[in-house]
Amino acid sequence: MAIFLDQNSRIIVQGMTGSEGMKHTTRMLAGGSNIVGGVNPRKAGETVEIEGKSLPVFGTVAEAMAATQANVSVIFVPPAFAKAAVMEAIDAEIELAVVITEGIPVHDSAAFWAHSCAKGNKTRIIGPNCPGIISPEVSNAGITPSNITGKGPIGLVSKSGTLTYQMMFELRDIGFTTAIGIGGDPIIGTTHIDALEAFQADPDTKAIVLIGEIGGDSEEKAAAYIAKHVTKPVVAYVAGFTAPEGKTMGHAGAIVSGSAGTAQAKKEAFEAVGVKVGKTPSETAALMRGVIQSL
Amino acid sequence: MFEAHGVPVLQGLIADTPEEAEAAAAKIGGVVVVKAQVKTGGRGKAGGVKVAKTPQEAREAAEKILGLDIKGHVVKRVMIAQGAAIDKEYYFSVLLDRSNRTFLSLCSVEGGMEIEQLAEERPEALAKVAVDASKGIDLAKALEIATQGGFDAETAAKVAPVFVKLYDVFVKEDATLVEVNPLVLTHGGDIVALDGKVTLDDNAEFRHNREEMERDTLDPLEAKAKAWDLNYVKLDGEVGIIGNGAGLVMSTLDVVAYAGERHGGVRPANFLDIGGGASAEVMANGLDVILGDKQVKSVFVNVFGGITACDAVANGIVGALDKLGTAATKPLVVRLDGNNVAEGRRILAEYAHPLVTVVETMDEAADKAAELANK
Repeated sequence: MAIFLDQNSRIIVQGMTGSEGMKHTTRMLAGGSNIVGGVNPRKAGETVEIEGKSLPVFGTVAEAMAATQANVSVIFVPPAFAKAAVMEAIDAEIELAVVITEGIPVHDSAAFWAHSCAKGNKTRIIGPNCPGIISPEVSNAGITPSNITGKGPIGLVSKSGTLTYQMMFELRDIGFTTAIGIGGDPIIGTTHIDALEAFQADPDTKAIVLIGEIGGDSEEKAAAYIAKHVTKPVVAYVAGFTAPEGKTMGHAGAIVSGSAGTAQAKKEAFEAVGVKVGKTPSETAALMRGVIQSL
Repeated sequence: MFEAHGVPVLQGLIADTPEEAEAAAAKIGGVVVVKAQVKTGGRGKAGGVKVAKTPQEAREAAEKILGLDIKGHVVKRVMIAQGAAIDKEYYFSVLLDRSNRTFLSLCSVEGGMEIEQLAEERPEALAKVAVDASKGIDLAKALEIATQGGFDAETAAKVAPVFVKLYDVFVKEDATLVEVNPLVLTHGGDIVALDGKVTLDDNAEFRHNREEMERDTLDPLEAKAKAWDLNYVKLDGEVGIIGNGAGLVMSTLDVVAYAGERHGGVRPANFLDIGGGASAEVMANGLDVILGDKQVKSVFVNVFGGITACDAVANGIVGALDKLGTAATKPLVVRLDGNNVAEGRRILAEYAHPLVTVVETMDEAADKAAELANK
């Protein structure tokens, strides 16, 4: 089994006819994803041929869902239009919306998240500014290369895209149930905790790798959650020990989160609850290898 | 910015020289306050704010303030603001609450002191009120915030409309923080935003005209990188870093710093993320910036090809070295993995440049780059 994305996932692509959308739709199809159509109001009614498959283009997410029984949308719409695209997916109550778009103004993300909450969070949002989600050999919704590794017992949740790829590559001989890049933006849909909860409940996932980076307090919250609710082994990696301080919100921001948001603080939070933290991606992979061998 | 959204502020004029400060003070008349214009807090403590009773005093104050170094920011400009007879000082801010994925307002009837100090010494005096991003701050919400911040009913009714306007600034300017400290009550009974700080969201630049805004002066290498749209931050080390994806680049900095502990304490020289799907040209531009850093003794190119193709990265390295010719004198350690890696490695092997070493893993490559930087 996999989490959030499985063999029953029927995927539409919002922004499929744009250059990024087209490129990655092609790659997802080549990787075996069940893409059933696209959405672009200006090209509704047209058909696009990709990888030998005829994909219908619909005017809205709701129309696409009605015609294709799609339950997942991957969003490649440019930043200026991304808020409307995500709102539309939420209003159509699609099960999963994966927002790949990078550079969405944070007020727009705050707006669609508030909208989602007001609607009872019927749509799981992953991202924005993320590589998406892949259940290797089953389905891929996003831009993660499909061929890094295959199925296996590890679940992966990461703030960073390339570190997701790097970790999948390091552990390619073992494989993954699902790997999720949740994105590093200040406001995101699915969090580390959401993924931990789902991996804990998934019988095929035997161990979990969690990748974090400086900023926010998602890792500290995840550590507290692990202590209470996760019985499966978790190995963590945190990037940014030597990174320059990023965009700060001033001291008012630090007061709000109650955490300095530093890599060191996150590492200590994990270690305090018995989660081993690798110093480098390779060392983290070695820790996970040890965990898998001892199962 | 506050004025544009109807937030009451005192009249203020900008001056770049003591002479301009004197003229501004004469124009405003009466008591003025001369304030350093720097993008950091704590300027009062650093001597960056002075009261002047006459234009002559304003000139003297500007002479002292211009050129001051406040937390690494050199003062090049001062504001001459109308003096105000202050009765009370309050605190108000609205900001992005990352942890709760919404907005938050902080408010206190006890303003004036630094907010960290207030939060530490009198946390009960600082109200934290969640603001729903879809509802915002209307008059009713503003009154709720003021009441929780400790305002009496009469004063709450006075400050609430100002809170609504400050929320307008927050939303319409795409800010992640709008802070007023102090918000003051004058002898005349007016509410005025005396000093404030606004942090803007770079992602929203496309819908604002921020061209005319004064920017922090960039390091020349950072300016060059910005012109090419590269995400570059200059640091104080010897190993130049190029990678793709912010997470991987941050991780690379860490791994190089650890490797440096074995090689004379060398450190990463920069952060440079060439992003997803980087072309040969982007790679070449990135190398150009890094090789222009005189402190750099070796360069570590660390790419995991997800969207980025390793052959494009390899071609970028070849292109940059061709362009530099004999000017290229610094060793390059390259680690490529992922998309089209075989072709990327083949291109570099065929090119066989004496300065380029291809190493298989990230940890080994970091070690090699640190070793070369320590020679």
